[in-house]
Amino acid sequence: MQQTNQSEKQVVFPEEMFKVVGRKEEESEKISKPVLSNWQDGWLRLKKNKAAIVGLFIILTIVLLSFVGPYVNEYAYDEAHYDKVYSQPNNEHWLGTDKFGRDQWTRLWEGTKVSLYIAVLAALLDILIGITYGAVSAWKGGKVDNIMQRIIEILVGIPNLIIIILLIMIMKPGIITIMLAMVITGWVNMARLVRGQVYKLKTQEYVLASRALGASTSRIILGHMLPNTLGIIIINLMFTIPSAIFTEAFLSFIGLGLQEPLASLGVLINDGFHSMRNQFYLLAYPAIVIVALMVSFNMLADGLRDAFDPKMRK
Amino acid sequence: MKPLLSIRNLHVSFNTYAGKVHAVRGIDLTVEKGETLAIVGESGSGKSVTSKAIMGLLPKQNALVEQGEILYEGRDLLSLNKKEMIKIRRSEIAVIFQDPMTALNPTMKVGKQVVEGAIGHQKLNKKEANNLAMDLFDMVGIPNPEIRIHQYPHEFSGGMRQRVVIAMALANKPKLLIADEPTTALDVTIQAQILDLLRDIQQKTGTSIIFITHDLGVVANIADAVAVMYAGQIVEKGKVEEVFHEPVHPYNWGLLNSMPNMETKGKLYSIPGSPPDLIHPPKGDAFAPRNEFALAIDYKQAPPTFHVSETHSAKTWLLHPQAPKINYKKVKGDLETELEVKLNHNDVLLKVSNLKKHFKLPSKQILKAVDGISLEIKKGETLGLVGESGCGKSTTGRTLIGLYEPTEGEILYNKVPLNETSKKEFSQKIQMIFQDPYASLDPRKKVEDIIAEGLDIHRLVKDKQERQKKVQTLLDAVGLQSDHAQRFPHEFSGGQRQRIGIARALAVEPELIIADEPISALDVSIQAQVVNLLKKLQKDRNLTYLFIAHDLSMVKYISDRIGVMYLGAMVEMASSDDLYKNPLHPYTQALLSAVPVPDPVVEKTRERIILEGNLPSPVNPPQGCQFRTRCPFATEKCAEIPQWREVEKDHWVACHYA
Repeated sequence: MQQTNQSEKQVVFPEEMFKVVGRKEEESEKISKPVLSNWQDGWLRLKKNKAAIVGLFIILTIVLLSFVGPYVNEYAYDEAHYDKVYSQPNNEHWLGTDKFGRDQWTRLWEGTKVSLYIAVLAALLDILIGITYGAVSAWKGGKVDNIMQRIIEILVGIPNLIIIILLIMIMKPGIITIMLAMVITGWVNMARLVRGQVYKLKTQEYVLASRALGASTSRIILGHMLPNTLGIIIINLMFTIPSAIFTEAFLSFIGLGLQEPLASLGVLINDGFHSMRNQFYLLAYPAIVIVALMVSFNMLADGLRDAFDPKMRK
Repeated sequence: MKPLLSIRNLHVSFNTYAGKVHAVRGIDLTVEKGETLAIVGESGSGKSVTSKAIMGLLPKQNALVEQGEILYEGRDLLSLNKKEMIKIRRSEIAVIFQDPMTALNPTMKVGKQVVEGAIGHQKLNKKEANNLAMDLFDMVGIPNPEIRIHQYPHEFSGGMRQRVVIAMALANKPKLLIADEPTTALDVTIQAQILDLLRDIQQKTGTSIIFITHDLGVVANIADAVAVMYAGQIVEKGKVEEVFHEPVHPYNWGLLNSMPNMETKGKLYSIPGSPPDLIHPPKGDAFAPRNEFALAIDYKQAPPTFHVSETHSAKTWLLHPQAPKINYKKVKGDLETELEVKLNHNDVLLKVSNLKKHFKLPSKQILKAVDGISLEIKKGETLGLVGESGCGKSTTGRTLIGLYEPTEGEILYNKVPLNETSKKEFSQKIQMIFQDPYASLDPRKKVEDIIAEGLDIHRLVKDKQERQKKVQTLLDAVGLQSDHAQRFPHEFSGGQRQRIGIARALAVEPELIIADEPISALDVSIQAQVVNLLKKLQKDRNLTYLFIAHDLSMVKYISDRIGVMYLGAMVEMASSDDLYKNPLHPYTQALLSAVPVPDPVVEKTRERIILEGNLPSPVNPPQGCQFRTRCPFATEKCAEIPQWREVEKDHWVACHYA
């Protein structure tokens, strides 16, 4: 034994130090950390992620501008001035004008608003159809689940573009058509994610405990399943929104989406594309906005996933 | 003789999101050649971190060895580079992990896995490797090695897989074997087999073993020396007899006293509270807030190591010459004199006859989880239900509370049949406590809402104030503080969470509580707290319990009567004293003898009945008596189904020869 033995050199302590004072039960049961809900905890984590915060800031700025922007000058988005076609950015028209002399600044923010509007609708559809579908499929299980999942697989199998082209045959291109196209396939990812999560939660002991207490199915789904799926839902929404914006832009660009004089980011890019040689800025502005939106939403989604997904916690 | 391994003043910390966790705070350890050292401690005490530090397996991103050295045959393992460490891991030190289900690669033949390390190290050709694998399988007692080495892990049962893992560890004849809770995931009868095997291997090969566990019974069985860890420090260490028979640290007193043995009556000794948060380790003695003999100095200054004998030492101020002498055995004696009031239980509360629950598997086979059991639970009593995993005890509990629909049979509650339509009514009378305190509370809900869920469902409270008041009363009843109501489950320790689960079950004022392994996921010192709480609540509120567990000594302690299950059938039922003193069914006898007792003298001398083989699959159970494939007394007559009969008064058994 070559350990140093500290007790060899006796230190004399005052007698009262060796009185039995017993345990401090309060102390050992106390939790000293401040009360933090999961959301607050997630927010703290998110705040540490610089990219996500920058993304959030850019998104908020663009949203704000899309509402305020069209009203800060006197032009309307479809107001044509044939005497001022293709004017350079100047004091009157901050971002210049397009082929009909319409103010590009107004059109840009109007278009952003429309694009965001479509993105929000896509998100709502995701929530309404996707979550319900996924939750029902997982909760019912067995045959029902089997059939519902096969339906999803069929939907995934048909290319999006074909559905849209078929739709255009019977409907006019426009917001409604884009919406319908999204209704048919857009929610599939969300449904699958929610199904997976609910399936996992179904056998959790706290759900069993709730059933043992006599809880109804709706109470379990709304009270236990959804709150515990919410993190995943939000993260997935953040990924859905940019892809919806992009889909709209893509459709408008190839002429299947919104039509002029309506403005959307896709319409503006299409427009700018035609006059790219001489008026490059007409393409640049909407392109910058769409890139900023896509990158910011993806950065924010990444940050949210890190903050809320327990598996990513370090 | 120089020790094989010695650890000096090791400090390990982890950087986490919440702050720096000081997991190991200055430990000194030595392992002699051919010795078995057991490291005992609760979860979070730093025992696994120590073993990982020895192996160099600490996660690189956030773990930091701040100080200290780990000397293996004179070389400091902490200063070795990656290549040298791999060499050591390959040939000198081997590990056996806790969970045999995840320790093997499911896509690789077991024979190949076992010798994988050896092939590279010993430069074996294919034939030699094959021979080595067979030898190893022979050594760890796997029958038919020539066939078994070509099988995949899923073809092995849990016990057999653990043997494979052990064989894998032995492939390069290590000098040191680190076993990290190797029997925790196994059933008692399998645990007895594995412990036997480890002891046998040590005799044959002379390797040293570091055995990490939280189970004092296992320690008494296998260890030569013991180190007790608490809050990242070794609080007491010594030869196994010294630590068990002359304990000096109050934490060790508490641990030893809180384990019931087969004779324990009255209130269990328990250590209150929970282990400290190692992000901010307390000043002074970490155990002081839970120590009833804490001295004033304990709160001021950390105690140094005092030596009792050459091999026995402890970190406690109580060993200082100025400290008062405390006789811990007296404390225990006081508790035992507390007399139990026997209730007059004559009214049958729950009567189950011929209950069956079969599951249809996707493979079209039928899994007979519960196959015709009958039992009665009387008002105010505790009926214990024991058996190995897969015997159907949890399925029974869940079927009784209505989580599963019974395939056949009748459940009468207070003479009223329980069925789908009356389920909601009964959910207020029958409640359940779940096994895993980490999974049984909704992580997104506040404690207040978790506890009040039953109140909301059954509309038992009128307004918010009443709800709040009720929750406070319940928190108080289970020994939690009132400000805990606003917190979320992840902030609580395992024992506290389990108490929240109990409060939730109590909220609807049930008459019968089904406790499904309520303590098996908890640490020893916490188990006693929860069991005492359950007993106290039973007395105060006149509750009836169905207590499902695999830990026989706890079940024996808490139950009035015990039923023993095997493969979906009840094999024996009697009052708990009767069952312990006079077990009639050979399975009960084997089960009782497999339970490790926290006393090294008893453990090392007693004869045990080691059951051969594993639990047969309930998909295809043996015909006749289901136990006959493992029964040491089986004869041809056992091919007939034995009758469930009353052999003595209130002593039922299903065996031809009882």
